[in-house]
Amino acid sequence: MNLKRKMFGLAVLFAATVPYGAVQARDTIQIVGSSTVYPFATVVAEQLGKKNFNTPVIESTGTGGGMKLFCAGLGVKYPDFTNASRAIKKSEVELCAKNGVTGIVEIIIGNDGIAFSNNANSAPFNFTKEQLWKAMAEHGPKPKTWSQIDPSLPDVAIKIMAPPPTSGTRDAWNSLVMKAGCKSVGKYDDLGKKKCAVFREDGAVEEAGENDTLIVKRLAADPEAFGIFGFSFLDQNRDQIQGSTIEGVEISLDTIQSYEYPIARPLFFYAKKAHVNVVPGMQEYMDEFVSDNAVGEYGYLMDRGLVPLESKSLSEVRTNVSSLKTIDG
Amino acid sequence: MNRGFSRTTGGKPLSSLNIRRQRAERRFRRIGLFGVGLALASVLFLLGTIFSSGYSAFWRLHFAVDIDFDPVLMNVSSDPSLEELRDVNYLSLFRKNLERSYPEVKDRSERRKLAQMFSESVPDVLESLVISNPSLVGSKQRIWVLSSSSAEMIYKGAAPRDIEEKRRVLTDQQLTWLDQWHGENLTRTRFNFRFFTSGPSRSPELAGLGGAIVGSALTLLVTLLISFPMGVAAAIYLEEYAPKNRVSEIIEVNINNLAAVPSIIFGLLGLAVLLNVFGLPRGTPLVGGIVLSLMTLPTIIIASRAALKAVPPSIRDGALAMGASPMQTIFHHVLPLAMPGILTGSIIGLAQALGETAPLLMIGMFAFVADTPSGILDQASSLPVQIYLWAESSERGYVELTAAAIMIILVFLVFMNLLAVFLRKKFERRW
Repeated sequence: MNLKRKMFGLAVLFAATVPYGAVQARDTIQIVGSSTVYPFATVVAEQLGKKNFNTPVIESTGTGGGMKLFCAGLGVKYPDFTNASRAIKKSEVELCAKNGVTGIVEIIIGNDGIAFSNNANSAPFNFTKEQLWKAMAEHGPKPKTWSQIDPSLPDVAIKIMAPPPTSGTRDAWNSLVMKAGCKSVGKYDDLGKKKCAVFREDGAVEEAGENDTLIVKRLAADPEAFGIFGFSFLDQNRDQIQGSTIEGVEISLDTIQSYEYPIARPLFFYAKKAHVNVVPGMQEYMDEFVSDNAVGEYGYLMDRGLVPLESKSLSEVRTNVSSLKTIDG
Repeated sequence: MNRGFSRTTGGKPLSSLNIRRQRAERRFRRIGLFGVGLALASVLFLLGTIFSSGYSAFWRLHFAVDIDFDPVLMNVSSDPSLEELRDVNYLSLFRKNLERSYPEVKDRSERRKLAQMFSESVPDVLESLVISNPSLVGSKQRIWVLSSSSAEMIYKGAAPRDIEEKRRVLTDQQLTWLDQWHGENLTRTRFNFRFFTSGPSRSPELAGLGGAIVGSALTLLVTLLISFPMGVAAAIYLEEYAPKNRVSEIIEVNINNLAAVPSIIFGLLGLAVLLNVFGLPRGTPLVGGIVLSLMTLPTIIIASRAALKAVPPSIRDGALAMGASPMQTIFHHVLPLAMPGILTGSIIGLAQALGETAPLLMIGMFAFVADTPSGILDQASSLPVQIYLWAESSERGYVELTAAAIMIILVFLVFMNLLAVFLRKKFERRW
């Protein structure tokens, strides 16, 4: 207690002696969440900063970490938005409700494809989900080389760099690839969802952390390795890496938009309705994010590798933004 | 010497022993030299790679564009008010001028590629030009604007150009424009002042270290204000007043242990105590400074104690003999003499804190903060964290920015260490 008082006194002392910015009624938007959405959110934040608002502060915490911070409570101490590379889970909505966070607005900003890439100077590959599951699953055949899965694949060792469990990309990969692959080998009923998604632990699959740039560098140095990350990283580094075709479909803006490319998923961000009009600029930020300038056919987010929504879903999202339609009533 | 040893070697011939010892001596010296050489080579290699990939960030490529500030294009009256000028769509003014200058580019996506040769900041540049000088309306001007990062990377040779179009950052057409402009002297390079003044940006050509430098300065200020008085006071008490018993011994051992604790532990402590229990604002220089001062405290205490110990007892005895109280003795005589050592230790402790990233990541000080923080309760970034954030970004332009930021932080560190050396040399006294 005494220590607490001393520390508090110290804090007050510093607050009094050094000039400080506003903290009571926060006037800067705070955003947390997915590292995949982060590059897009920062661009929009800068645009808002040009319009007489403070530039929102954005922390890249991963989708799961962002949800935890977002759902911790209402008020200036907690973030206003969280970015997500998957939809909010039911358990997370419940966590939010438990902490008094209700009135969550969901905004879909576009699509993203998950690239399975290798060095641009190596041969291009085509994989099926089943082959990918066999290569990566702990409860699968655990082959040493790709040719052991299918003789048409080359005789090189399997080496895959995958995102960590906190990542939304990993969640999407699990539900789009691991689950589907597990089903197609007929093991899904035996193993269940959780066991199907476990990566093998003998070194063939390596969790490389949230740093996608690092994965790109490793792929550029190692012609045999493969990496898993969002389409924008592939798009920005095409001189070093190439995306494999999945089930015969090449990864591109068009195939992701039409969901022909089998590992495509929508990207989201979530807003607290109760914070809108309390923290200045929130409505404007949302409007900017879904504006033609940003996510239209020639919007600036397209230059950064975001895949636009089809115009029908976009207008639906815009209605949701202007009416602040909440997902939890 | 030799003769003395030969007696204990049991009659072996002196010469062979000598040869063996000389050989061992030479081998040892060579190993030492090799070690020094290896260390120097790796430092040179490190500095070399940082410098060679970072120096180019200190200049920026500019393109000349002819802008006709035509009131019709701007959709304003011929003598517009400031209000009117603020409402102009400068992006469309820029695009329409490009269409006039390059009438041969007709296709919509080609026009887009042309506009993408320039930085996203061009409309803002036009706006600030017109606002500061409304008489520009109706005139034609040649204006130098920043190029886009992709064009700049090709121009600087940081991105390869002799590969197929699909893999290159510029299309064939864009490459032709770049070469054409270069041939017509429509390109120039200028020193990158923005790098030192502006905050981070998603566009590499606009990104700067200014916000991070201010953030680091505020954080270090908090660290200094907390750790220096506390550290020196603790050192004085332990050295001059504390009785030598079990308790003070335990304290001493623990201070030495604290100095060796990995910095991320302090970050976790900050997260658990400062953020979660006391509810201090996340990611601010206040919290960062407190965490870093926990890390710096042991260094300052140890250095200060050593400096106090080095003051000869005769000084204290003399002062006490003249009737000074113990406190007067310490503050009038011992502390001034120990000050150079204390300052050196503190500066080196602060230099360490300046380069620290791990604890700051734990307390949320790694956000994208575009505005320069105005106080210790604003969320801020810091130099090492900025380097980390840039190193993670996908755009090619951040590679040189990362290296340049490392050069800047190295300059700060070298400067602080030189200051410490200077203070020691200038004020040190030997007895």
